[in-house]
Amino acid sequence: MKKDYLRPLDFKQGRVDMNHGAGGRAAAQLVDELFARAFDNDFLRQGDDGALLDMPPGHQLVMATDGHVISPLFFPGGDIGALSVHGTVNDVAMLGAKPLYLSASFILEEGFPLADLKRIVESMAAASREAGVPVVTGDTKVVERGKGDGVFIATTGLGAVPAGRRIGGALARPGDAVLVSGTLGEHGVAVLSKRESLEFETAIVSDTAALHGLVAQLLAAVPEGAVRTLRDPTRGGLATTLNEIARQSGVGIDLDEAAIPVLPQVEAACELLGLDPLYIANEGKCIVVVDAAHAEAALDALRAHPLGRAAARIGRVTDDPHRFVQMATRFGGRRVVDWLSGEQLPRIC
Amino acid sequence: MKYVDEYRDGDAARRLADRIAAEARPDRRYAFMEFCGGHTHAIARYGIGELLPPNLRMVHGPGCPVCVLPIGRIDQAIGLALEREAIVCTYGDTMRVPASAGLSLMKAKARGGDIRMVYSAADALKVARANPGREVVFFAIGFETTTPPTALVIRQAAAEGLQNFSVLCCHVLTPSAITHILESPEVREYGTVPIDGFVGPAHVSIVIGSAPYEHFAEEYRKPVVIAGFEPLDVMQAVLMLVRQVNEGRAEVENEFTRAVTPEGNRAAQAVVSEVFELRERFEWRGLGEVPYSALKIRPAFAAFDAELRFGLHYQGVPDHKQCECGAILRGVKRPTDCKLFGTVCTPDNPMGSCMVSSEGACAAHYAYGRFKDIPVVAA
Repeated sequence: MKKDYLRPLDFKQGRVDMNHGAGGRAAAQLVDELFARAFDNDFLRQGDDGALLDMPPGHQLVMATDGHVISPLFFPGGDIGALSVHGTVNDVAMLGAKPLYLSASFILEEGFPLADLKRIVESMAAASREAGVPVVTGDTKVVERGKGDGVFIATTGLGAVPAGRRIGGALARPGDAVLVSGTLGEHGVAVLSKRESLEFETAIVSDTAALHGLVAQLLAAVPEGAVRTLRDPTRGGLATTLNEIARQSGVGIDLDEAAIPVLPQVEAACELLGLDPLYIANEGKCIVVVDAAHAEAALDALRAHPLGRAAARIGRVTDDPHRFVQMATRFGGRRVVDWLSGEQLPRIC
Repeated sequence: MKYVDEYRDGDAARRLADRIAAEARPDRRYAFMEFCGGHTHAIARYGIGELLPPNLRMVHGPGCPVCVLPIGRIDQAIGLALEREAIVCTYGDTMRVPASAGLSLMKAKARGGDIRMVYSAADALKVARANPGREVVFFAIGFETTTPPTALVIRQAAAEGLQNFSVLCCHVLTPSAITHILESPEVREYGTVPIDGFVGPAHVSIVIGSAPYEHFAEEYRKPVVIAGFEPLDVMQAVLMLVRQVNEGRAEVENEFTRAVTPEGNRAAQAVVSEVFELRERFEWRGLGEVPYSALKIRPAFAAFDAELRFGLHYQGVPDHKQCECGAILRGVKRPTDCKLFGTVCTPDNPMGSCMVSSEGACAAHYAYGRFKDIPVVAA
């Protein structure tokens, strides 16, 4: 018998149990054989509970956090792991910052199959590598069977923004152009197509993606200050996000329905289900509010990037004390694009 | 033909709008009631009101099954979940309708009631099969469109000998509602709205056909044009109504010929009459008790009747005193006539069902049209 032999985790048949969250040997083994192995970087190799980080001089810190409770865990185009990386990387990027580091906290349910956990963690690691943003610290807890829905993941991201850069929801001004980086509604519809009672055949896949490369290309193409606001339209979709921006900035927004890009398959699925694509979550798109004088340059920069090919100019910011988001319909009439009071689709991200 | 695009074509809309404006006589006013909630929604969402001439008004009728569902029925559904521990399956819109004691189905769910949103009656049957140890109740609402699927599901449950499935039947009938609007004493008390014609419901008519509307046209001398749900359908129907009024005709015309026939769907009608029969009376929110306007399950299928199975009694509950849903559902008042609209009563905090359902007149106006009520400064 080899000394120090430790039977490896059974990733085929094994399940999470209470020991894995207790902080003892079993927990350490899970971290070693799964998390540390998948995320593998210098920070994690130190083996501490936190990470010692460098910040580039002349920059300010940006921090963002996201909890992920999406159901189902695996959906066309992605899974909760990739989503948890993309979501937080994007939140950091939306302030015009370069994402540098991620933390990841896992709440696991007793009985969750290790095979699924491995699949999720490896997907997360791949997303992290592809984005160039390492997971430098993390945590694992386990709750009893029935007290958690498989796995919940919370990620926090740190990034650096050049000192003095201000991009935010309160900075939109009347006259600014409103752009969107691509087609809308795919993530929500892809997730819905997998939900238990709603199986319908579709070729729609989630658009989940890390947008920091696209944002960097955009910001390099226009003068500092030309981009007022960046925001990714996740829960509640384009409509909700624009209403947030209108409220924060104390302005109105006027949209042109014919200019809003939506794939025909998404339109059709929404018609079938009585949903409005404007309110459906996206995980790989961003809204750009930009000084109208630089709108064309901004659009060109977006379209030059693989994630922004379908970028479009969809409206403009107006002076409206009531902060309405209004829309000229394809049909020739006008309507308000209002807040929803609840979530059309729960557990979407 | 790509229905979604072609029936929403802006150019065709403008041409129709021009036609309507040209043919509507400037010396008279036109008021048409669109009975069906789906039409109310289409009119609001596409801003059709703006494309019609100023002397032509659309009056919103009570064709939203969630809007006309009285509080007492929702209380019954909530009671089944919270007190009798049944799994209650319901359509999405019903979840937020305010009921008694500050509850709604959604709030009852948050309190532990097993209340599940389904897209169809068949889904409720699946829940029953998957949970043989629990009682499962399908909260069946809707006009004639949703009645055939409920009938099929009851028949299927009987064929399978399911022991744990029942239906709380609140299906209501369109022709009864239209008659009631035109002639009930309550309507006379509130004052009638001068309605010159009706835009007939789309999907209901697929089931019942165009023949049942002949009665109104003859008896009350009101034209009826059955219209599809696309905005161009609605505008075409309005044009046809204008022509009927101008020519002094009162006929039933069918704009929705791609789906509606005079006799309707016979097979659907047959299955409905196999499983359901008329209730002598049924309370409609806002309209009071309307005779022979709703369905109940026939004795042959009594085992699947939730009211019998659980010994339910109906308790009517009055609306908030200042809620004008009743008048709005009859087209006598507009959403903005209600003191509660947009202040106390909003989609986040609905006082009545007109604000909750996406097809309700108040919800539609709030969501799509309230910006017109307030002057807005353009940039």
